[in-house]
Amino acid sequence: MADTAIPWYARKSTRETIGKNIVYIVLVALSLVVSMPFFWIISSSLKSEAEIFLFPPKWIPSRFLWRNYPEALTSFAFGRALKNTITITGTVIVGRLLSTSLAAFAFARLRFPLRNTLFMLVISTMMLPYQVTLIPSFILFYKLGWIDSFRPLTIPAFLGAAPFHIFLLRQFFLSVPMELDEAARLDGCSTWQIYWRIILPLSKPALATVIIFTFLEQWNDFLGPLIYLNSPEKHTLSIALNYFRTGAAYGPSKTWAHLMVVSLVVMTPCLLVFFFAQKYFIQGVVITGLKG
Amino acid sequence: MPAVVSGVAVAIVFQWIFNPELGLVNAILSYFGIKGPMWFASRQWALPTMILMSLWGVGGGTVIYLAGLQGVPTELYEAAELDGASAWQRLIHITIPITTPVIFFQLIMGLIGTFQTFTQAYVITNGGPANATLFYVLYLYRTGWQYFQMGYASSLAWVLFLIILCFTVILFRSSRHWVYYEAQSRG
Repeated sequence: MADTAIPWYARKSTRETIGKNIVYIVLVALSLVVSMPFFWIISSSLKSEAEIFLFPPKWIPSRFLWRNYPEALTSFAFGRALKNTITITGTVIVGRLLSTSLAAFAFARLRFPLRNTLFMLVISTMMLPYQVTLIPSFILFYKLGWIDSFRPLTIPAFLGAAPFHIFLLRQFFLSVPMELDEAARLDGCSTWQIYWRIILPLSKPALATVIIFTFLEQWNDFLGPLIYLNSPEKHTLSIALNYFRTGAAYGPSKTWAHLMVVSLVVMTPCLLVFFFAQKYFIQGVVITGLKG
Repeated sequence: MPAVVSGVAVAIVFQWIFNPELGLVNAILSYFGIKGPMWFASRQWALPTMILMSLWGVGGGTVIYLAGLQGVPTELYEAAELDGASAWQRLIHITIPITTPVIFFQLIMGLIGTFQTFTQAYVITNGGPANATLFYVLYLYRTGWQYFQMGYASSLAWVLFLIILCFTVILFRSSRHWVYYEAQSRG
C-alpha cells in the first residue's frame, strides 16, 4: 500500500485530524472566555463580603454562602416586582398573540380595498424607532390618566402595536396552502372558523416565535416601565433592580454579592428560554425573509 | 429583534466585571503584569468598555449565522473540493457569498439597535464620566423626562429617525453590490 510508505505525520488523514483538533481547542478556549462572566457571577454571588474585596480574586469561594440568596431576595420587594413583571409580560403576550395574528390573517387571507397599501403602512412603522412615538404616546397616556398604571405598557399590545410580529405571522400564514381554506369553506366554515380552526393550529411554530420574542423583550424592558411606572408598588424587576443597585428606594446600597444574586435570578429565565427555544428564535429570522 | 442578554441585570454584571479594583478583567490583566485602566470610570475608556461589553451579546447573532450556514448547500462544497479548492478558498468563494444576506440582516439590525442604546448607559455610567457615554437616547430621555422639554425631545427623536433612515438607505443601496440572493441569479 502506498499509504504505509508515507510517514504518519505526513499523511493526509493525520494532518486533517491535527487541524480539526486545533480548531476544537480554539473553539473551546473561546467559549470559555465567553462563558467566563457567567461563572464569575455565580462565584461572586456565593462570596462573603471579605472575599469579594480580596485581590487577586478567588474563583471558588472558600465557603459557599448560600444564605446570600434568601438575604438578597428578601432585602427588597423582589416578590412584588416579580409579580408585576410576570403580569405585564403575560398580558402583553396574550394581547399580542391575539391582535397580531388577527391582523396577519387579514393581510394574508382576506381581500379588502387598500389591503396592500395598509400593509405597507404597517411595515413602514417598523422603521420608526421606539423613541419617535414615545413622546406622543406618553402625552396621549398622560391625557388619558394612565400614567403610573400598567395600561400604557399592556393595552397597546391588544391593538396590534407590533408591526414586526404582524409581518412575521403574515409571512408564515402565506406558506399555509390556500387549498385548506377553500376545502374548509366548502365544508361550511366561516372566516372566523378558518382563522381559529385551520390557520392558528397550523401556525404553532410561528406563534411560539412571537411568544419568545415578546417574552425576552418585555422581561428586559427598562425604558417603558421607567417612564410610566412611578410608585414602588408598581415597579418591575428591571426598575426594582436598578433601585436596589443605587440603594435609593430600598435602604442602603447593597453588597456586590447581593447584586450578583439578584442579577443572576433576573437573567435566568431569559437564558433558559434562549437555550430551550433556540429553534423558534432562528425560525423567526428565517420566516421574516433571510432568503431574500 | 430582541437581544437575548440585555437589560439592567447584564449592565450590573458588567459594572462588576469591569470594576477597576475588584473586577475580573483587571484581575486577569494583573496576572500578566498589566495594570488595567479604570474602564467605565475613565473618560478615555468608558466608551470602548461599552463596546467590549456589547460584544458579549454576540451569542444571539451567532445563532442567526448558524441558521444561515445551515442553508448553504453541501453540494457546492463537494464540487469545490473536487475542483481542488482549499478550505480558505471555500470560505471566501462559497460560504461568505451565500451568507451575505445574513450578514446584511445583522448589519441592519445591529445598526438600528445600537443607535437606540439606552439601558447600559443609564444604569452603568449615566452618561458620564464627563459625557463620554452620553448616548443619543439617554440625552433624549433627559431632555424629555428630567428637563421636561417634550417638544425638544420630540424633535430629537425625529432627527434620530432621519439619521437611522440615512444609514439604512445607504446600506440598502450598497447591498446591491455585495449581497447575493439566489432568486436573482435564477431570474
